[in-house]
Amino acid sequence: MARQRVRFTFSGDMIREPVIYRLGKNFDVVTNIRRADVRADVGWVVLELDGSDADIQRGLDWVGSTGVRVDPVAGDVIEG
Amino acid sequence: MSFVKGLKCRECGREYPGEPLNVCDFCFGPLEVIYDYVTISEVISHQRISDGPISIWRYQDLLPASADDPVDIMAGYTPLLKARNLGKRLGLNNLYIKNDSVNPSFSFKDRVVSVAATKAVEFGYDTLACASTGNLACSVAAHAARAGIDAVVFIPADLERGKVIGAAVYNPTLVAVEGTYDEVNRLCSEVSDNYHWAFVNINMRPYYAEGSKTLGYEVAEQLGWRVPDHVVVPSASGAMFTKIWKGFNELACLGMLDGVAPLPFGADQNTVHHPAVTTRMHMAQATGCSPIVTAWENHQNQIRPVRPDSIAKSLAIGNPADGIYALRVIRESDGSGYAVPEHQVVDGIKLLAETEGIFTETAGGVTISTLKYLAESGAIGPDELTVAYVTGNGLKTQEAVEEVVDPMLIKPMMGSFEAALERRVAARA
Repeated sequence: MARQRVRFTFSGDMIREPVIYRLGKNFDVVTNIRRADVRADVGWVVLELDGSDADIQRGLDWVGSTGVRVDPVAGDVIEG
Repeated sequence: MSFVKGLKCRECGREYPGEPLNVCDFCFGPLEVIYDYVTISEVISHQRISDGPISIWRYQDLLPASADDPVDIMAGYTPLLKARNLGKRLGLNNLYIKNDSVNPSFSFKDRVVSVAATKAVEFGYDTLACASTGNLACSVAAHAARAGIDAVVFIPADLERGKVIGAAVYNPTLVAVEGTYDEVNRLCSEVSDNYHWAFVNINMRPYYAEGSKTLGYEVAEQLGWRVPDHVVVPSASGAMFTKIWKGFNELACLGMLDGVAPLPFGADQNTVHHPAVTTRMHMAQATGCSPIVTAWENHQNQIRPVRPDSIAKSLAIGNPADGIYALRVIRESDGSGYAVPEHQVVDGIKLLAETEGIFTETAGGVTISTLKYLAESGAIGPDELTVAYVTGNGLKTQEAVEEVVDPMLIKPMMGSFEAALERRVAARA
């Protein structure tokens, strides 16, 4: 089992989609929301994911493909 | 010794010991260093600072690592030049350039990496690491060489040649990653979880970021222990922007500014604002990646991430970690933000070079073009004391200004020279 901390950023229509629910249901990943700020047209959610490495990877790839931005929680991993 | 009390979450306020941590276990908020300011106020003085080394370590009392044996390649104490020619061009009589492009690895990153590397050695790490689009890679590799420890540097596979060489010359393990920005980001985050390395801007980040405060201290010291009316600062993550502000306010609260009475630090170390610090903080970004400025312009409290597409690659962070904190500083200081059109970035580089003899990289072009905008729009008054921060060297991004190379090609004869000179003078008339 693996654990990963990620930050999802939603904008536009994606704010209305149950992305986190589907991530848990379709990829067998346990999602635990730790901090969030969601407004009418933009929002972010910081969450912890538990699951197998492969399931988390597949799940995050799917989240990214929906248009939701996926970032590590570690801050700006790449700098200038 | 250092006066670090520990770390504190900037969101929920939970405190942690001074260890290699960067995220709050409870709310995943970012951690920040907290200090014993009472003891610092008893030891710090202008004399103690001026007796210190000619580097960032002269401000050792306000840095989160021990200065007994720092990893120091003499970062900092860079020139603050009175910019008479540029000032005349822009109608500013009291303009200074903080030229941080002359640091040992040619960018301000040496300030933050010197602190992070010193802390990494204190913690017992034998490998210093980072993921970077250029300046940070060079600085990490240089400081690891100085410390005698290993360096692992991740770079995008399509990075400019000059930057690759600038890092590779120090002999780090250089990893060129084929992938999108987001893929590289995610990979490096996983690597940092799985390897016992000191990633300067991940697990060392709270300490690393504090190094930027020295950009505030130095300017205040070089101006005779006063703060400017305006500063213009290029921003990527927003961290440096917030730390310059923090540096000014720390000095004020400690009674280190001329004629300014000390003030007790508040419970929240990051947001303490001494009323004597009236500096207006102006943020400079390029339109190809300006998420913080866009949020400021639209009166938003959230940063909308963007996909960077800018020639100012050292500022190209699409989802800036310190963006909301930088926004607060703009508002608290009654400052502003400006997104420079991409085609004006090079204009800024050339303007600084032609007027002051300073060759800066694209981020510096963003700063100077923002300064020009602020002067022309009247946001900065003619006699107000203004400092523009130039944070990287032009030799690293020569591709951006290649079109300036236009020599007079002549035969080795006087007649050929004079004919060519005549043509050039006529063309410029």
